[in-house]
Amino acid sequence: MSAVTARLEHGPGALLRRVPWSKLVIHLVLLSGAFVMIVPFLWMVTLSLKPVELTNQPPYLFPSTFEFANYSRAWDAAPFARYYLNSIVMTGGIVVGQVIFSSLAAYAFARLHFPGRDVLFMLFLGTMMVPFHVILIPSYLIVDRLGWIDSYTALIVPRMVSAFGIFLLRQYYQGIPRELDEAAMIDGASRLGIWWRIIVPLSGPGLATLGIFAFMFAWNDFLWPLVVTNDPDMRTVQLGLAMFQGRYGTQWTLLMAGTVTATLPTLLVFLLSQRWFIQSVAQSGLKG
Amino acid sequence: MTAIARMRTGWNRANRRGDLSAAALALAPAIVLFALFNIYPLLYSGYLSVMEWDGFSPDKEYVGLDNYKALYESAMFRNALTVTFTYTVGTTLLGVAFSLLVAVLLNSGIRGQNIYRLVYFLPVVTSTVAAAVVWRYLMNPGSGYADVLLRDLGLTPPSPSWLRNPDWALRIVILVGVWKRLGFNIVIYLAGLQNIPKEYYEAATVDGAGSWDRFRRITVPLIAPITLLLIIMSIIDSFLIFDVVYVMTDGGPIGTTEVVGLLLYRQAFRYFNLGTASAMGWVIFAIVFVITLIQWKFFGAREAGL
Repeated sequence: MSAVTARLEHGPGALLRRVPWSKLVIHLVLLSGAFVMIVPFLWMVTLSLKPVELTNQPPYLFPSTFEFANYSRAWDAAPFARYYLNSIVMTGGIVVGQVIFSSLAAYAFARLHFPGRDVLFMLFLGTMMVPFHVILIPSYLIVDRLGWIDSYTALIVPRMVSAFGIFLLRQYYQGIPRELDEAAMIDGASRLGIWWRIIVPLSGPGLATLGIFAFMFAWNDFLWPLVVTNDPDMRTVQLGLAMFQGRYGTQWTLLMAGTVTATLPTLLVFLLSQRWFIQSVAQSGLKG
Repeated sequence: MTAIARMRTGWNRANRRGDLSAAALALAPAIVLFALFNIYPLLYSGYLSVMEWDGFSPDKEYVGLDNYKALYESAMFRNALTVTFTYTVGTTLLGVAFSLLVAVLLNSGIRGQNIYRLVYFLPVVTSTVAAAVVWRYLMNPGSGYADVLLRDLGLTPPSPSWLRNPDWALRIVILVGVWKRLGFNIVIYLAGLQNIPKEYYEAATVDGAGSWDRFRRITVPLIAPITLLLIIMSIIDSFLIFDVVYVMTDGGPIGTTEVVGLLLYRQAFRYFNLGTASAMGWVIFAIVFVITLIQWKFFGAREAGL
């Protein structure tokens, strides 16, 4: 590229050189890709704000009508408030559980010496290889036997710890200087006291990364809630949306209002934390 | 042994004991949860896979490898495997190729890198169910935006519609899979590209290499480990696809989008063939296991080498 521009510098193309053609082409390619990425979002918002009688009019991409009543109609047609409550309770439970339990386990793996530590750690990591499909049926049978079907317990407890979380936090804890633990130990702090007073306060970013990953996973999860709930009152937002589609499949404006409702929480959290979130994804992805 | 060394061993021994009891406490919740909801279910599904059971009757019948044999002979399961493989290969190849293109363009020092990256990443954090609902309607004949746009571009929709045509339904599902995953690949690629020393490109430019040569001779080989990582991650994820087909096509038309995850779900929770469904689970496990081993072989070696 610069070889070409160097040649042009002296020729009659000096004027042409000022137009950054290659940059234009790059932007054109990137913009058309970005267009495909963003169309479903624009479309979903536009349609959710369209009056019902215009649903089957030729489609357009940007909102020109603002029928906010669609949202209240959708929330009336299906108990979205209840779905929201269920999703919030489930997501909250999973996030809190994963952060606390993964952190405790990661502390044991990063700092404590005990027989069989590395074997146990490999075993935990190994569970990441097991596809969810394999354990789906027995997990359902166990939850059923425990009498947890249609309860928050079923939605939360089996997912309260994650091997990924333990792995992530162990890496993080290994970066915290050991001298801090040792100083606290000399001052008479217990192991768990060290975890609570030294490790946890120093691992804010690590815990937040895990918390946000757990939040995205839990809010968007579908298969497990589908299997362990039958009662419409126990449906999460994602389940409610899928059922809503089955039932009001032709009422697209209402359906899209429901879809916006279902995606808003994760999109908001992402937009608020995006730089940092993307960086976390890049780092944890590269570590494998 | 010096006094200090003796003190240290004494301290260490007390330390070890303290460590053990603290570790037991710290690990208890994780161990109980993993044992109950990962390890035990894994073994239990292995056991179920050699049984015939509907989930209700008190008796399970031992059938040996009959469930696996039946799967091997089942046209429905073979179809599901073929569909899943097609989806996996399509999503993985297109997802990796497009993301590499976008990442390289984004890394070329153009303006607005962050905003592009943000837009490309949006689908990654969007719920699959919501995405599938929206895409389903985008492809709706006559009123869906994508359908109309494609018509304007001269692509006549197949009959009766994109998602009801046996040739097209899976292609659309693949398209949604690529759309959903592209941003993730791009972010990982960008991180990798930023690790390639600028001097390599400068030296190549001095030697008269054009941008295509630089891409082919420097970027592609140096980014190869990341490409492999992304391919394997994508294969594992794609193989377990469920939500998209559940919402968009429910396996149809005529089974052309019936992936293994959906078949397993149906066998277990609609037809109550728990033995067959568990055997399916183990076949999926075996396939994913082999892929993971490949990943470990390549990446374990690479990390040890670094």
